Amino acid sequence: MKKTYKITGVDCANCAAKMEQQISKIDGVNSCSLSFVLQKLTLDCEPEKLGDVLGAASSIVKKIDRGAKILY
Amino acid sequence: MSERKRELIAIIIGAVLLAGAALAVHLLPDLPWYAKLLIYAVPYLVLGIPIIIDAVHGLIGGEFLDENFLMTVASIGALAIGEGFEGVLVMLLYRIGELLQQISVGKSRDAVASLMDICPDTVNLETENGVVETDPESVHTGDVFIVRPGERIPIDGVIIEGSSGLNTAALTGESLPVDVSAGDCVSSGCISTNGMLRIKATCEYGDSTVARMLELIEGAAANKAKSEKFITKFARVYTPVVCTLALILAIIPPLFFGGEWKDWIYRALNFLVISCPCALVISVPLTFFGGIGGASKKGVLVKGSNCLESLAKCGTVVFDKTGTLTLGSFRLTGIAAEGGMTGDELLRAASAAESLSTHPIALCITKAFRDRFSEEIPAPESVREIAGQGISAVLSGREISAGNIRLMNSLGIVLDDPQFPGTVVHVAVNKKYCGYLMIEDEIKEGTAGTISSLRSEFGVRSVMLTGDRESIGRHIANEIGLDEVHADLLPENKVELLESIINDCQKGKTTAYVGDGINDAPVIARADVGFAMGGLGSDAAIEAADIVLMDDRIEKVPLAIRIAKRTVRIATENIVFALAVKLIVLILGALGYAEMWMAIIADVGVCLVAVLNAMRAMRII
Repeated sequence: MKKTYKITGVDCANCAAKMEQQISKIDGVNSCSLSFVLQKLTLDCEPEKLGDVLGAASSIVKKIDRGAKILY
Repeated sequence: MSERKRELIAIIIGAVLLAGAALAVHLLPDLPWYAKLLIYAVPYLVLGIPIIIDAVHGLIGGEFLDENFLMTVASIGALAIGEGFEGVLVMLLYRIGELLQQISVGKSRDAVASLMDICPDTVNLETENGVVETDPESVHTGDVFIVRPGERIPIDGVIIEGSSGLNTAALTGESLPVDVSAGDCVSSGCISTNGMLRIKATCEYGDSTVARMLELIEGAAANKAKSEKFITKFARVYTPVVCTLALILAIIPPLFFGGEWKDWIYRALNFLVISCPCALVISVPLTFFGGIGGASKKGVLVKGSNCLESLAKCGTVVFDKTGTLTLGSFRLTGIAAEGGMTGDELLRAASAAESLSTHPIALCITKAFRDRFSEEIPAPESVREIAGQGISAVLSGREISAGNIRLMNSLGIVLDDPQFPGTVVHVAVNKKYCGYLMIEDEIKEGTAGTISSLRSEFGVRSVMLTGDRESIGRHIANEIGLDEVHADLLPENKVELLESIINDCQKGKTTAYVGDGINDAPVIARADVGFAMGGLGSDAAIEAADIVLMDDRIEKVPLAIRIAKRTVRIATENIVFALAVKLIVLILGALGYAEMWMAIIADVGVCLVAVLNAMRAMRII
């Protein structure tokens, strides 16, 4: 299942790359792409794990950049 | 107060305090080292606290080598070895750089976003309580809405009242307005220039042209180019490697070769400052996005950076014939009358016979008649269609037969098919041969120019595939200057043939295929770069294609290649420039020639230049 989320406050491209790399390693995520330019996160993950994945992704985003947030 | 303004004020206060501290140290040169350190600690804390907090936060989260941490270590290190001024300067320049970077990235992000600003936020919906301004997503199929002059059409629909000149630039890049009036179908994203239109929605918002276009471009960010992936991977190893080098530089020479500790630590701190990979990581995706955004402005929708990258290496373009190089609509181009009949009489007889048929050839003959004469087409008394051969009709007691050579043969007329690269309709009256009509598929305007510019500008070979007869294929190939033509192909042969072209292709070059996407989706999908023409018509084509051309104009193919090459070039420039500057400063730093401010400029300065350069990709000439 593919879903797109808006992200705010990612100011550094390298942080975006790091977030993308770590989010794609979350259990249940098939692939993930974080566009720094569009401030968008595209998640391809297993539907039943979506809630857990989003929670984990949010904490990764927060950990790498305090000012950043996934909107969902 | 905005965050940026607060940031700016903090930077100014910090800068003033730093100047004061430097002045104090200069006037009192005999102060002990701890007094100097205390003086510099004031501006340092003012400038550095937020960075240090971020660094600590990162450390807690297990993020070692993040920018904030590196800058903190570098500046504290400088303070510790007695280079107080430089330590504070690192923080000051870093914060200025971050601010500038935020502003420039924000600007370019807005610029790209504005290219995609093709969907209005509101719609004037007609309801029982009059016209209400509402969200386009709440409009359903069959609802009626109003578009005033100067407004954008939010949802695809059919005009039920009014007329206007429609600016389709957002979809096709074409600036000339198209006249539309009641009964015409209009696409969302177009601007009504001068008339008020009442439009009935023919689909939901989500299925509208603009919504689908936006979805397509925004999805493009997920398909990353190879160079983009390379640079992200590179950044992942770059920082740890440079940090390790810094550590070696700080310890080995003083420990084993009698170097001065302070001197080598200073060199190592320089390394930490330039170990940030941001300039690299930011510039490449931004460049590609600029290119994709700029292309969409010209009616060329690109599905990802990877498509642009492989298009830039295009060596062969394979075209489908019907609907791509030709209009796919037939036109009467000549009449050869025989047996005492004039051309006009022949056309009149054929039109009468074909008048009730809906076959494309028949429609083209009757259209030619109406274009030429003001009179009505004479109505035949009876009509009989003979499958695979033609038509036989009775008009004023005469039997008119119009069709191919087999029909003539069945009437006992023996003749050779004329050498004509198109479709031939023979006509016989009362079984007596009267001549034939010549019908051709029209070649699209600008096709020959496109083929020659592909060859001269990019050295690209043009090949045509068609299911039509060899003679027709050859004729068109000569007319527009194609390098190669393959005729008599069944749809499944097209894929095979394309594969053999791809295999024959020079190494490192790619093969593009251009089709109308209606029946050649498999071929489009098989090509290295698949173009679908004619907008968002068929879902299969959009699914299969890498690049969707919003209009039928063949000139968009070389335009797309031009954009691709330019974008890739700018991305390469950015990579080479950033790497070169960093490498030079690293070498200078190791040799002891670089000072810390240089290292900072090498970091944030390169980033800014790269962002500005990336923005050039957006402007398409």
